[in-house]
Amino acid sequence: MRIDKDLVAASATPLVLAILAEGESYGYAILKRVRALSEGELEWSDGMLYPLLHRLGRLGYVTTEWRTPPEGRRRRYYVITDEGRAALAEHRRQWLAVTRALNDAWPGSGALLTTLGEA
Amino acid sequence: MEHVESQIAEWRMYVAGAPALNGHDVDELEDHLRHQMAELSAAGLEEDEAFLVAVKRLGDMDTVSREFAREHSDRLWKQLLGPGEEASPAPSGWVEALVFAVGAAVVIEVARLLAGFPDDEPTWFARNLGLLVLPFLAAYFARRRSLDLRGWVVTAAPFVVAAFVVNLYPFDPDSDTEILVALHLPVVLGFVVAFPYMGGTIRSHQRRMDFVRFAGEWFIYYVLIALGGGVLMALTAGIFEPAGVDVDRIAQWVLPAGAAGGVIVAAWLVESKQRVVENMAPVLTMLFTPLFAFMLACAAVVYAVTELGDPFDRDLLSVFDALLIVVLGLVLYGMSARDPSTSANWMDWIQLVAVVGALVLDVMVLGSMVARIGDLGFTPNRTAALGLNVVLLVNLAGAALLSSRFLAGRSTLHRLERWQTTYLPVFALWAATVVVVLPPLFGFS
Repeated sequence: MRIDKDLVAASATPLVLAILAEGESYGYAILKRVRALSEGELEWSDGMLYPLLHRLGRLGYVTTEWRTPPEGRRRRYYVITDEGRAALAEHRRQWLAVTRALNDAWPGSGALLTTLGEA
Repeated sequence: MEHVESQIAEWRMYVAGAPALNGHDVDELEDHLRHQMAELSAAGLEEDEAFLVAVKRLGDMDTVSREFAREHSDRLWKQLLGPGEEASPAPSGWVEALVFAVGAAVVIEVARLLAGFPDDEPTWFARNLGLLVLPFLAAYFARRRSLDLRGWVVTAAPFVVAAFVVNLYPFDPDSDTEILVALHLPVVLGFVVAFPYMGGTIRSHQRRMDFVRFAGEWFIYYVLIALGGGVLMALTAGIFEPAGVDVDRIAQWVLPAGAAGGVIVAAWLVESKQRVVENMAPVLTMLFTPLFAFMLACAAVVYAVTELGDPFDRDLLSVFDALLIVVLGLVLYGMSARDPSTSANWMDWIQLVAVVGALVLDVMVLGSMVARIGDLGFTPNRTAALGLNVVLLVNLAGAALLSSRFLAGRSTLHRLERWQTTYLPVFALWAATVVVVLPPLFGFS
């Protein structure tokens, strides 16, 4: 299944924020997590993650820090801020509203909401 | 192994060529690439195969760098066309700029002859100066940004209104309000140029910041052109005077035309040679912000200690206002040239010192001014000065608050930028008020 480009773009911000809400991370690890979460269905071209992360930084949703882990190269870590969490909560509300509407419009696909959890 | 390293180096060179990516971004992408390669190698791929697959996964670098450019218009603006976009038909557009520059020069010369300047100095000439030159700048940008008819009309409307206001108001001879109008009208019209410059929108905060950058660069270019012009005129005088040529007459013709045409030429230079000055303008800001911060801090201390008995007189007030405007310009420009992705550094502290110093001085100026008005009542000059200082005070106070919050890690640079870009129209509105409202309020005296 190929997920529509607009849908991928719309879900990118909440997805990245949600991953960072699990704990600080860096570019490559975030992408791996996206693949794992979507079971490979969400296909990004890897490079596009970075402009997105920069946008989140400018909006104050994440802060960045260059660090060298014990093994390996210097890399840029991203940490979610309180504002980022607030934005994530807002995204979550909107997505739930959308999925609830779709769920009601498509009778019989009740599994949709239960996987998303409670509102 | 060696081979792959050189391939990575080549790839890095290519990626680093994109104007919107800085060294850190390329480092980050390279880290990503190496990660991906390591994983693919572990899965059994050869080194160079892993390299190819990893590069492919990163995606089309042109698209990625365009996306970066959209995010970092501060970097993008250095090269308004992203890679792969169509270049405009005339890449440099110097002919276009020249036409508008010559237009401005001709108009100013005709007006000068009508006014009999410099033998005679009718006040309508001074009052209308902005209206003679800046429409050409506005039209230049309206054309360059290919505005539609509506855009052209909106651009032209303020000029028409200003022309009526300035020329139909029955100013008293030698009135203060007339001088105030002559001083404030170019500022108002300068802000009007922002509309075509920003491509017919005024809402975008990023474009507003671009306009601030433009104004800073334009100023630098204009000063450079003026310096060059001064050298040219001095040498012309030195060469031709012994031959019995009346150099003053030449200067009468060349200076106004040069000053008017230079406005457009400087704008064209900013548009087409952005990369050249890019390195100079931030350096100048870096150099002068600490010096001004030091000077302001000293001045604030000196005046806080010694001023009290001595009220500010009018000349001193204008010097102070000029100083405050320069500080605001430095702060705004320093902010527009700053890389927003870096965290707080010493320059931000120095800027805060400058802003706080300016704030202290402004409070003292205001105090003295209010006392003066209390003693002697409102006059056009005092009202204009009071308004300017209040407008500056609010801006500086907001900037001081937000930048200390930013330095304390409780706010973002984005907020601070937003404050400044949101505030820009206030300056334009105040200048417009001085031009339109103040003269009738004081009976054109």
